[in-house]
Amino acid sequence: MGTKEINISIKEIETEIGNIKDLRFSVGRLAQETWDEPQGPTPFPSMSTLRNWDLTLLNRYKPFYLPFCDLCCLCTYGKCDLTGDKKGACGITMPGQQSRIVLLAACIGAATHTSHARELVTHLIEEFGADTRLDPGGLNIKVEAPITRLVCGMMPETLGDLETVLDYSEQQITSLLACTHTGQEGNPFDLESKVMHTGMIDHLSMEVADIAQISAYDLPKADPNAPLVDIGFGSVDTKKPVILVIGHNVPPSVEIMDYMQDNELTGDIEVTGICCTGIDMTRYSPKAKIIGPISWQIRYIRSGIPDIIVVDEQCIRTDVLDEARALKIPVIATSEKNCLGLTDRTGDPPEEIIGDLVSGTIEGALILNPEKVGVVAVRTAMQIAPKRKKEKKGIFLSHDEAMEMAKECTQCRECRRACPNDMHIPDAIKAFSREEPEMLQEIYESCVGCIRCESACPQGIPIHSLIVAAGEDTLRNESFKLRAGRGAIQDIEIRQVGGPIVLGEIPGIVAFVGCANYPKGGNELAEMAIEFANRRFIVCTSGCAAMTIGMHRDEDGKSPYEVYSGNFEAGAIVNVGSCVSNAHISGAAVKIASIFARRNLRGNYAEIADYVYNRVGAVGVAWGAMSQKAASIAAGFWRLGIPVIVGPHGTKYRRMLLGRSDHDEDWYVNDTRTGEKVYVGPVPEHLFIAVETKEEAMVMIAKLSMRPNDTSRGRALKLTHYIDLHRRLLGSMPTDIHRFVRMEADIPITMKEDIVAILKEKDWKETVIPDPTLIPKKEAAP
Amino acid sequence: MSQEAWLTAEVAGPKKASLITKPEIADAMIRQAKRPVFVVGSIAAEIDLEEKKLIDYVIAMAKRCKIQVVATGNTNNEFLKRGFTPDAVMPAVDIGNRLTDPKWQGVDGKGPHDLALFVGLPYQMGWTILSGLKNFAPNLKTISLDNVYQPNARWSFSNISIKSWIMNLEAILGKRED
Ligand code: SF4
Ligand code: SF4
Ligand code: SF4
Repeated sequence: MGTKEINISIKEIETEIGNIKDLRFSVGRLAQETWDEPQGPTPFPSMSTLRNWDLTLLNRYKPFYLPFCDLCCLCTYGKCDLTGDKKGACGITMPGQQSRIVLLAACIGAATHTSHARELVTHLIEEFGADTRLDPGGLNIKVEAPITRLVCGMMPETLGDLETVLDYSEQQITSLLACTHTGQEGNPFDLESKVMHTGMIDHLSMEVADIAQISAYDLPKADPNAPLVDIGFGSVDTKKPVILVIGHNVPPSVEIMDYMQDNELTGDIEVTGICCTGIDMTRYSPKAKIIGPISWQIRYIRSGIPDIIVVDEQCIRTDVLDEARALKIPVIATSEKNCLGLTDRTGDPPEEIIGDLVSGTIEGALILNPEKVGVVAVRTAMQIAPKRKKEKKGIFLSHDEAMEMAKECTQCRECRRACPNDMHIPDAIKAFSREEPEMLQEIYESCVGCIRCESACPQGIPIHSLIVAAGEDTLRNESFKLRAGRGAIQDIEIRQVGGPIVLGEIPGIVAFVGCANYPKGGNELAEMAIEFANRRFIVCTSGCAAMTIGMHRDEDGKSPYEVYSGNFEAGAIVNVGSCVSNAHISGAAVKIASIFARRNLRGNYAEIADYVYNRVGAVGVAWGAMSQKAASIAAGFWRLGIPVIVGPHGTKYRRMLLGRSDHDEDWYVNDTRTGEKVYVGPVPEHLFIAVETKEEAMVMIAKLSMRPNDTSRGRALKLTHYIDLHRRLLGSMPTDIHRFVRMEADIPITMKEDIVAILKEKDWKETVIPDPTLIPKKEAAP
Repeated sequence: MSQEAWLTAEVAGPKKASLITKPEIADAMIRQAKRPVFVVGSIAAEIDLEEKKLIDYVIAMAKRCKIQVVATGNTNNEFLKRGFTPDAVMPAVDIGNRLTDPKWQGVDGKGPHDLALFVGLPYQMGWTILSGLKNFAPNLKTISLDNVYQPNARWSFSNISIKSWIMNLEAILGKRED
């Protein structure tokens, strides 16, 4: 481990991807001595360093803007009407404004992960020391932090080294956010380039957060056989005191479990989690249980089962205190980012806080010390539970009560007009009042638990509680197995699948990630994951999507994690972990370039992204994406050349990045072997696209997994999946097959006749398979 | 009759769709159009209009008024089941994007479309795509034929009942010969 301070100062260098001026960077504790890979052209890139690469992508995938608001109200010149070709008082246009809002959203997302990572790393350094070695995968991982190596050109070895990375992330996000100020960046393409920079920073910070917690807390280390853990409302033993933790940042939950362990209480209390804290708790201890994704908050709290609620940060309902108050459930806030208006009791002795919570003198407390949270949460739960269980607070409306309430409905339709999924609530309520619960049960399956319907109801009907009453049997039967998040992908796994992926013989890597704002319930997501695992794609997943996939049963009552392998291999379903574990998915793509293809990783972003874009058939699917974090995660994939598909709600991200398959001129690459430009067809056709139905999504996944580098065998395989899914789910042969066939050997044998006929009709001409790159070749610098 | 978005919060404007207060309006627009195109979303096959489905009206209208049809989502399947072959199958945002390109020669390659009729998309998806067209396809007229107000179309019904919807669709059809 090197400990000396390294100062990098670059006056001006010309690289293949752009011109870098006056870059200075001090890197403490850079492990120069142990890493002999030469430094690449772009360590610690600033906002415009990779602009040429971004513009290369954006010229293929131009934004299609979908303004979600025609006005701007960001400064007091406004509101400004930007409709059509009007401009704001500051001169900004509608495209500029949409991209600016996207950048703002991406900055919120990246800031959230970076702040999460900072809090975590600071806490872990306090607890374990800055010299704690990073170890995300034991002997199985040499490339411990692919994104950090790629972006920063440094090899972090200790928790302390990660602070340098976070310094850089924070610096970049501040500058990126500044670009959204009135009268700052207004060019839509430059704004989009900055969105991609934000996304790259986001993946960097996610990687920092996850490798820090894996190393310090000894979470599964790239373990394909991570334990199967319980997920679902029905898995909770309600006779025991129950703690509920909601959020994303795991130290308070770890302290809860440690306190229980130290005091031999582990079997006596149920620790349950919603959202990513749930995922990360089960990585720490398989005894913890996950209730479900974010949309399960209201139904679980209203069940009255939790005896205490502990919240940390991100994706927590901001009215959690109101919901808890109604059932007298005490709440502990543990993050400065989410104080809930509660009094800061961090300095008080635990006994006092516990006394106040148990007696109900206070409805909750802010405790900014995870260790103290551990004591207070556990002891409060134990003391308060017997009383609460006797009073049976909460525990759902009975069918009779619910039906009586349904009779109050006037059929005004305000609930349906508030429902993001436009569900037929009034009809269902009417049917329910006539003792026909089926329609309302159906709504339970698709309800995202937002309770906007309730807020809208002039009759004050607790609609969501009625839905849950109708769906109670389903809810109580929710008990499944989820494979705990394994963390990174092993180097050896990459070596084994690298070749087949790059040659196209494993048809693709599909990552189901992101939030739970599903248009028609979670089963669709599980069905998609199963379909692609059966088609021998490598299926990866994380966060709420990983939970949703687990909350599904086959005919034998097994969840997908009990059926499919957790290895990073064809036909597997690989849960990497929580939101921040997404960095292992982008990291795997990067590792294919470095470990399998032996490309230099260090500070070499554009070349590696170009490699991934042209060779690694990876596709991200965020079927229920809703958050700003999802925006920045997606942007990080785009910059690496990985396309992302979102569900129908995704058009609200304000613009798509779409290719034009009919513009032949857009689809040429440079052939490194010959220096010629070669037409390769629209692969991948889009970089960011919202689709309408799961059927359309599946066809799109297969289509977007094609890459210029596919061998004929690989392309034939990918085409087989695309055509087969198109026929089965959309009902006909696709009409664009000719764009994906480069030579006769690409044609799947079983479909030869049909395809040859189409090729003839389309006047198809044979081309070659190049060694593809989008980066124009330059003379190497002397 | 009001210009209130169907989903309460999806307030749009200042520029908002004019109301189709009687079927003659839509009928006249379709007649005037030289190259109309229908964009038909997946919900068209789910909605019951008495003994028919919405998609059956779309098929009849496309045939009688000679409108080219783009099936989005998995709507193609539903068309084919009914013996009708759409002119194109593509994602809703893809057709939306192409419609903003004045150089795009349309579904059949014979020239830009001058009218797009939208029906059967999830409400917010229709809302956002129509917003894209409102802002970036100034030469294209758009009509929403759903029974809910789509403020970003050029013309839209207000939030009307199924009965009055059927009446309107029948009236547009009734003015045509097969
Ligand atoms: S930032 Fe520009 S467009 Fe927005 S309100 Fe101010 S002047 Fe108007
Ligand atoms: S709680 Fe469920 S039913 Fe109510 S508005 Fe939200 S999604 Fe719709
Ligand atoms: S808002 Fe309330 S009263 Fe109106 S239809 Fe819905 S449940 Fe009935």
